[in-house]
Amino acid sequence: MDATDLARWQFAIVTVYHFLFVPITIGLSFVVAVFHTQWVRTRNPDWMRLAKFFGKLFTINFALGLVTGIVQEFQFGMNWSAYSRFVGDIFGAPLAIEALLAFFLESVFLGLWIFGWGRIPEKLHASTMWIVHVGTLLSAYFILAANSFMQHPVGFRFNPDSGRAELTDFFAVLTNKVQLVTFPHVAFSAYMVGGGVLMGVSIHLMRRESLRASALIQSVDTLGSSTVAANDNHGDGELTMTAQARQATALRADVPLYRRAARIGAVLTLIAGIGVAVSGDIQGKIMTEVQPMKMAAAEALYETSPQGEGAPFSVLTIGSLDGQHANPLIEIPGLLSFLGTGTWDGEVKGINDLKREYAATYGATGDPTLVDATTNYVPNIPTTYWTFRLMVGTSFAAVGIAALVLWTTRRGRVPTSKWVLYAAIAAPLLPVFGNSFGWIFTEVGRQPWAVFGLMTTASGVSPSVSVGEVITSMTVFTLLYGALAVIEIKLFLAYVRKGAEPFEPPTDPSDQDEDAPLAFAY
Amino acid sequence: MELTTFWFIVIGVLWTGYFVLEGFDFGVGMLFPVLGGKRYAKDAADADKRRRLMLNTIGPVWDGNEVWVLTAGGATFAAFPNWYATMFSGFYLPLLLILVALIVRNLGFDYRHKRPEQAWKARWDLAIFWGSLVPALLWGVALTNVVRGVPIDKNMEYTGNLFTLLNPVGLLGGAVFVTLFLTHGAIFVALKTDGPIRREARALAGRVGIVAAVLAVALLTLLGLEHGKTVSWATTVVAAVALLAGLAANARGREGWAFLGTAITIGMAVASYFLMLFPNVMPSTTDAAFNLTVTNASSTEYTLKVMTIVALVFTPIVILYQAWTYWIFRKRLSTKHIPADVSLEHAAEPDTALRS
Repeated sequence: MDATDLARWQFAIVTVYHFLFVPITIGLSFVVAVFHTQWVRTRNPDWMRLAKFFGKLFTINFALGLVTGIVQEFQFGMNWSAYSRFVGDIFGAPLAIEALLAFFLESVFLGLWIFGWGRIPEKLHASTMWIVHVGTLLSAYFILAANSFMQHPVGFRFNPDSGRAELTDFFAVLTNKVQLVTFPHVAFSAYMVGGGVLMGVSIHLMRRESLRASALIQSVDTLGSSTVAANDNHGDGELTMTAQARQATALRADVPLYRRAARIGAVLTLIAGIGVAVSGDIQGKIMTEVQPMKMAAAEALYETSPQGEGAPFSVLTIGSLDGQHANPLIEIPGLLSFLGTGTWDGEVKGINDLKREYAATYGATGDPTLVDATTNYVPNIPTTYWTFRLMVGTSFAAVGIAALVLWTTRRGRVPTSKWVLYAAIAAPLLPVFGNSFGWIFTEVGRQPWAVFGLMTTASGVSPSVSVGEVITSMTVFTLLYGALAVIEIKLFLAYVRKGAEPFEPPTDPSDQDEDAPLAFAY
Repeated sequence: MELTTFWFIVIGVLWTGYFVLEGFDFGVGMLFPVLGGKRYAKDAADADKRRRLMLNTIGPVWDGNEVWVLTAGGATFAAFPNWYATMFSGFYLPLLLILVALIVRNLGFDYRHKRPEQAWKARWDLAIFWGSLVPALLWGVALTNVVRGVPIDKNMEYTGNLFTLLNPVGLLGGAVFVTLFLTHGAIFVALKTDGPIRREARALAGRVGIVAAVLAVALLTLLGLEHGKTVSWATTVVAAVALLAGLAANARGREGWAFLGTAITIGMAVASYFLMLFPNVMPSTTDAAFNLTVTNASSTEYTLKVMTIVALVFTPIVILYQAWTYWIFRKRLSTKHIPADVSLEHAAEPDTALRS
């Protein structure tokens, strides 16, 4: 493995890891903002409890998203200095603007939200989480604009004197047609994750509280009958019984709370799922137009379909995916053409034709920063083929779970069977990994390019960073991130198990006792 | 003024903002085992209360402080891509250490209070201490070396290694950053708290401050003799005077003035660095012809124009709302304001009830 491969692996590890937390941050900040606002509007204590509960889970997740984000800001210069020099004129601007517009908003207003209980007026307090949410969306917009430039460079010119790409139209970069469809696709995916976390956590707690209440009632019954049988005159059993009955009532009281939260999560997942599908469909058409190789790679489509005959969509395949032994198991005739071009017999170019085309176009430029004789214009087909299917598959599965949850909880029903537990685990994980698969697909599918048609990934790596240094950093990041994942998940689950805290009426910041302990403190 | 000069100043301002703000939370983190340690605390419970008190003085604001360095990094990328590329790839291992330190430190702030167990807190306390000390030290080493010059070849690539940076002057730079931030942080604790810890922080600031003053004057003189200009000498003098005035104010219990003093010191020290640098951004010790300058490292005029408009519109807004949060959380805290530990036992109650 050479320095480029190592740098690519490191980029993949730290970026995919970072993006496990990003969609949760975007999605949950929206959920918490809605709950907090509902509390301020309706004064229903349930909303306040939910806002605080999911707010806690949000901050546990946000902490890791934040710290792994710092690495993102630095690693272009650290590992991709040649790339940074080549596109810095264009790529640096959205990154700097992201920090100035989005990171400050998120950090400052999240600090206000976390510590604001009893210290700032309620309406202002609820609005701080909305501002955090807007910050997360702004952040997504600018970083996606930078990424869209890599997929489909616009608003620039190549300056042969300086040997780099230079910005000519910043507005064009911000309104890149790839960007305009990628942003909604990513935002909807994030809402799907937010809905999935909300749904998963809530159905688990709904089931648990319901089962616990039943168990308690049962034990009260047995205790009650044994008390009668023993003719106990001390009254101890009686006392325990009343206390337990009271607890059972309290537990049961939380079942509707979690049931409602789960249904909100399911609705959010469903609506966002539709958004993901619609935006993804448009994205596919744009991709066919601007990065035809990526579309062909998604499908392992080696040969262009004959004139007048649409390209089939391969649902499942076995074999090596190397073009020699394609053994499609299930194919839907013409569907790929429809997805890619909007007509059932539109032409979708195959990998072999595109390979020749790319070699003729880019191989002939003789550009030193770009390609050489060894450049392979075909991305890793098994990766693109399977991640594409996993991305779509996990999303459909998440939508399916959402529909199932809505159905089984209809009209006050509280399902408690074992499948609820599995659904609770799958609901957040499916869309989170769907996001990962989507990113792996789109980034691997762009290879060998860092910036499509302009610069190869191999030529973007830092020349002054040694193999040993990259191995060091990759080892450090992998071990550290692994340990942090364990800590984070344990902490997250501990707080899930704790459940929503009992309602406490908020204190008015104006008439608070100067010496009273803070409503919230680290 | 040339736009490249303007952006050189902007980046100087961003680093200044970073060190003035994050400087005191680095200081608070480094003081964790001191003001929250055996020497001052009555017992383990008191030590924990003190640490929590210190943590809560920076709790709502440290994250916003840290964004200044992300913005500085982003702005360097946008305005001087070659500077960003050379420095970040050249200082690879120190930056890796800084990243790891910031990661564990930030998680320490966020996670320490989330479980009541002593072992859990003790681990995050270590993360907070080392995670504050290491970046303070390494930023000092790195930026001092930028001013002194490092080996850079004709392709703008750094040709040294980690040990190139660990020269005596670079290390002195690291020591200055650490002691200055300790002083700044101690004064911040005194400014934001009440009770015994306030007096102790003040006394500590006085003692560490003297060390910081001696080291800082030595460092800025050493650097100034080689790279100084009239203006950089002027800012150096202002930095020294502000530090002494701040320490005098601190000795009289005027914490607000003392904090202003150390803030000006840090700001003027960063200004001295940048004034000594200009018009270079990263001088080469290999050959002056290979220097990275505001001209050969910069983006195009068009990019700088776009960035200038964005910066002029949004920087004042950011400063306004960030200042406003400091106003919201202006109240002095003492140990009586710290609520009881969080408990994760709440959910376990029904189970216990079931078993009994």
